Amino acid sequence: MKNGFVIFLAAFGVVLTSWCAFVLGPQLQLGGAKQVPVLNSSDVYPLNRPGEAAQGLQIYRANGCAACHTEQVQQDGVACEVVLTSAGKRNPAGVSNLVSTLKLTGLTELEAEAASDKITAAGGKAETHISATGVDISRGWGLRHSVAEDFLYDYPVQLGSVRVGPDLADVGRRLPDANWQMLHLYAPRSTVTGSAMPPFRYLFETKKKVNGESSPDALNFPKGFEPAAGYEVVPTSDAKKLVAYLLSLHADVPLYDAPFTQLSASTNAPAK
Amino acid sequence: MTVNDTKQIDASCRVPLLVLFGGAAAWLVAGSVMALLASLTFHMPDKFGDCSWVTYGHLQPAADDALLYGFCIPAGLGVALWIFARLGQVPLRGAIVPVVAAHLWHLGVLVGLVGIFIGDSTGFQWLEFPRGGSALLFFAYLLLGLWAMMNFSGRRDSGMFPSHWFLITALFLFPWIYSTANILIVGWPVRGVVQAIIAWWFGNNLVFLWTSLVGLGAAFYFLPKFSGRPLRSYYYALFAFWTLIIFGSMRGVPVGAPVPAWLPVLSSLNSLMLVIPVVAIAIIGWKTVVGGTGPECKGGSFCMIKFGFVAFILSALLVIAQACPQIGRLTQFTWFGAAQTQLQLYGFFAITMFGAIYYILPRAVGFEFRYPKLIRVQHWCAMIGIILFVASLVIGGVMQGLKLQDPNVAFNDSTKAMLPFLRASTTGLLFLLLANLLFALNIFTMIIAWKWSVAKAVFAFVVSPLAKSEVKA
Repeated sequence: MKNGFVIFLAAFGVVLTSWCAFVLGPQLQLGGAKQVPVLNSSDVYPLNRPGEAAQGLQIYRANGCAACHTEQVQQDGVACEVVLTSAGKRNPAGVSNLVSTLKLTGLTELEAEAASDKITAAGGKAETHISATGVDISRGWGLRHSVAEDFLYDYPVQLGSVRVGPDLADVGRRLPDANWQMLHLYAPRSTVTGSAMPPFRYLFETKKKVNGESSPDALNFPKGFEPAAGYEVVPTSDAKKLVAYLLSLHADVPLYDAPFTQLSASTNAPAK
Repeated sequence: MTVNDTKQIDASCRVPLLVLFGGAAAWLVAGSVMALLASLTFHMPDKFGDCSWVTYGHLQPAADDALLYGFCIPAGLGVALWIFARLGQVPLRGAIVPVVAAHLWHLGVLVGLVGIFIGDSTGFQWLEFPRGGSALLFFAYLLLGLWAMMNFSGRRDSGMFPSHWFLITALFLFPWIYSTANILIVGWPVRGVVQAIIAWWFGNNLVFLWTSLVGLGAAFYFLPKFSGRPLRSYYYALFAFWTLIIFGSMRGVPVGAPVPAWLPVLSSLNSLMLVIPVVAIAIIGWKTVVGGTGPECKGGSFCMIKFGFVAFILSALLVIAQACPQIGRLTQFTWFGAAQTQLQLYGFFAITMFGAIYYILPRAVGFEFRYPKLIRVQHWCAMIGIILFVASLVIGGVMQGLKLQDPNVAFNDSTKAMLPFLRASTTGLLFLLLANLLFALNIFTMIIAWKWSVAKAVFAFVVSPLAKSEVKA
């Protein structure tokens, strides 16, 4: 090892390998990613965020929200449930007898398939419902785990690394009320008791009401948190953009690599 | 090498080192003030709502970057410059270039930090500095790295020491990863989660690998020097070097991230393999130091570098622990990660640099520190601070993880459970601030004393009567 050039060359090779694995490789695999079809639907996913929400991502970035919030829901796996849709005409009593003996919830995909086959063989009709499992899913933070597609059109991608606050990947579905989001930003403890979030009062203006009339976008406060009489709190355009972004965060469509059965109609359409 | 040669080599590094270390000390203090303010958010969240500059989302990234870019990198580069000059037995030539580069670097940090505060952050962890700041940093680093390499290639002693391998690799690692990250996720961003993957790759290579290379490069220079015997052994060091860069450079993507599954798997695998270099490095440290003729540990340079060395082993063990599936699942998204990062950046790297700087600066400048007794106090404060900070966040992180992984525990309870631990970590930050202030005090008084001595010399030269030979008849 007397030769500095040998060291340099070999270390160069190591860094080059690392670069190929973690920069070039992912770019080749994902750099050309396109929209993907939504399962059981003719829609594609994702759509671009609407203009105000896209601007809101920049407010999210500028204020360093990702220092406390992640945008990545995780799941352990899936659980299947076999639901009898029709007992059929051939032998309805036999089918319902069979169904009462079978385990129909909390199944793996293979078990669900077997149960479904048995019901079909007996003459009934069954549907298999898939749902994601895991702590994040139980907390209601999402219907499925986050996938690369969720971030296709975002810049910068704000995955975050620490959960000082809850995950936000699906917050637009979980908490769709714009007034709630505004209140939460202005005075977090007015909506969530014991929240550790600092308030973002600088994104709002406290103004005197004109002729005692509230502005249309003034916040509706719960009891005990109202501003002084005759005053109102209105969001700045930054706050509106940020809330538009938060409401646009809903990763709630089933995809090939993250399937689940939609029980209530959810939509791929951007938030209003 | 005669004593005069050594003195000449030390003196040749004087001005670049004063600029690099002086600015670094200032950023160190600024960073710990910001970290402390950010940490106070958890104890009095309502106080920080009226101005964007004082919110956690601005303060915390700024504090992290002030520590990494403001202190760690310039301090590391200064120590590397000096070690190259000493090992190669060649004085640093053209010192004006590193002096200018050091100023550019600190200007870049200033631009970057102001950028974060006015909301111009790029939004990627460890890469928050906006373009203007990062361009200055890149250019300044190139100049400093080039000067170190020129000194290296002109060395009088043609041998390569273990410190050389570590420092040279670190020197070219930074421009590579920094340009890749800035071009591909700031300048001409790639699509979707590839941004996050590159940001993770960059963050790991800078925060873990770069600091490990420079910190160990310095430790492998100083530990034998203080112990009075050679590094044991050359081949262990060679083995540790190769395994460290191979496994250390190919990781960073966390488990469960919404990216192709092979990336987190490869990352975890390489993190686990880090156990190989860590064991080798621990053996080197043990065999070199234990039983040597080193001075008694009284809070001086030797003591700091030994502490930093142990902190490196612990920090790497935390990395390895996080890569174990059972532990990683528990500690993901908790304060555990922040504890590991701080142990790496402060416990290992900064404290190793303190030890090196306390040794180098008096030799380079030519006089002793103004308050030598405070060096020991500083070391105690830094040790207490970092132990409090890391221990509380590691334990707290595990507690938080247990609550986060239990769906029957409300999310707010996981936050509340952290409060006592955050109180302890804030106290730790207070000790770190004190340590940093004491460090800066010694560095600044030395700079002032040096400037004063230069001013006096200039004054004496101006007022001194001309020599007879120069007076024309």
